[in-house]
Amino acid sequence: MKNRSLISINDYSKEEYIKILDLAAEFEKNPDQDILKGKVIATLFFEPSTRTRLSFESAINRLGGRIIGFTDATSSSVSKGESLNDTIRTVANYSDLIVMRHPLEGSARHASEVSSVPIINAGDGANQHPTQTLLDLYSIRKTQGTLDNLNLFLVGDLKYGRTVHSLLMAMSHFNTTFNFISPVELQMPNEYKIYLDNLGLKYYEHLDFTDIISRADIVYMTRVQKERFSDPIEYEKTKNTYVLKNTMLQNTKPNMKILHPLPRVNEISVDVDENEKAYYFTQALNGVYTRQAILASILGLQ
Amino acid sequence: MNESKKLSVSAIKEGTVIDHIPAASLFKVLTILDLESLKSQITFGTNLYSKNLGLKAIIKVSNKFFKDNEINKIALVAPEAKLNIITDYEVVEKKIVQIPENVVGIVKCVNPKCITNHDEIVTRFTVINKSDVALKCHYCEKITDQAQMKILK
Ligand SMILES: [Zn+2]
Repeated sequence: MKNRSLISINDYSKEEYIKILDLAAEFEKNPDQDILKGKVIATLFFEPSTRTRLSFESAINRLGGRIIGFTDATSSSVSKGESLNDTIRTVANYSDLIVMRHPLEGSARHASEVSSVPIINAGDGANQHPTQTLLDLYSIRKTQGTLDNLNLFLVGDLKYGRTVHSLLMAMSHFNTTFNFISPVELQMPNEYKIYLDNLGLKYYEHLDFTDIISRADIVYMTRVQKERFSDPIEYEKTKNTYVLKNTMLQNTKPNMKILHPLPRVNEISVDVDENEKAYYFTQALNGVYTRQAILASILGLQ
Repeated sequence: MNESKKLSVSAIKEGTVIDHIPAASLFKVLTILDLESLKSQITFGTNLYSKNLGLKAIIKVSNKFFKDNEINKIALVAPEAKLNIITDYEVVEKKIVQIPENVVGIVKCVNPKCITNHDEIVTRFTVINKSDVALKCHYCEKITDQAQMKILK
């Protein structure tokens, strides 16, 4: 991975995922190392994403690197109409690696083609967010001891949810059985179902969020966003249907864990937080180790 | 060639005849091949009856012989197109078009949130389906299909 940008989860092989996860496990044991000493990392957030930015900045700080950048485009030359090409070429002069988040899809790929330093895509619109996918894989492997032959339940907005699409693509390497739980208007797009069909992987679709989750190894919850609905009444109904409550966890498998990319709205009741099956806050912490592993791999410092 | 076609689109001495273009794709083909900027004589006919295509168009370009990679671009909008290479009023070679593996700088990405629709970037697609043409954007990874396809100019 040395000097190679991380743009899309689909650019990487199963072996490359595993390498990153193994390295992330090393950083979990020893998160404070000075390997980025003397390096300058640019974090360019053309749209705000506080969680992702803080996670990256924590990873960089713990490795002794220094950070330059901006937290939203209004405070930068972008608001004066500068093209992405010009911003990236300029910042590449000042830094050893660029972490970027941008509202337009394909922006990170374009940046990687004009930049003289590697780019890490921290989200390009609804397209890709590969560090999220890798931290999800890390969390799944850590809690299950393996990535192979698991039963993965994806719940909520499966139509627009970039996170679940990337996770599906990544987990398709590991003989996963998929269960999709969503309202009709937010079902998994056909292209992903065709993709699984072609691989001969099993998937099941459900409209009701019931004790079907007793089969799950992982329940991956997502936010149902208001702006996805043309009818506000439909939204209100849906919002309160796909909610995970503590009582629903009674018959679930002992190894089952609940993941969520955060932030949540109401789709996981607060009473679940104390359940040992709730893993979403630890999942966020795993993001720091995973990002440390990605930074170290790309900079050739591991 | 029958008499009625000869009347609608006259024969050429040297050059290329592009036949079996769906009538609706005629102007897209002219754009893709950049025939507007060509100085040689061009005649075309459209809404001609075709057994296979319904209404077809035909283009005759004098003194112009296309390279394969140039002509294959039109396969996106005219997959059935047939070329006749003419020398001294005779057909000396017949060619069909082939859909390329990659499409660079011809098609607009259907995704309004794609970076290529905002900054000055040459579009790039991988052809993921050749029979029912579908293009995957190299940048935003979204699919543009034949019905949505807009030719850039
Ligand atoms: Zn695109």
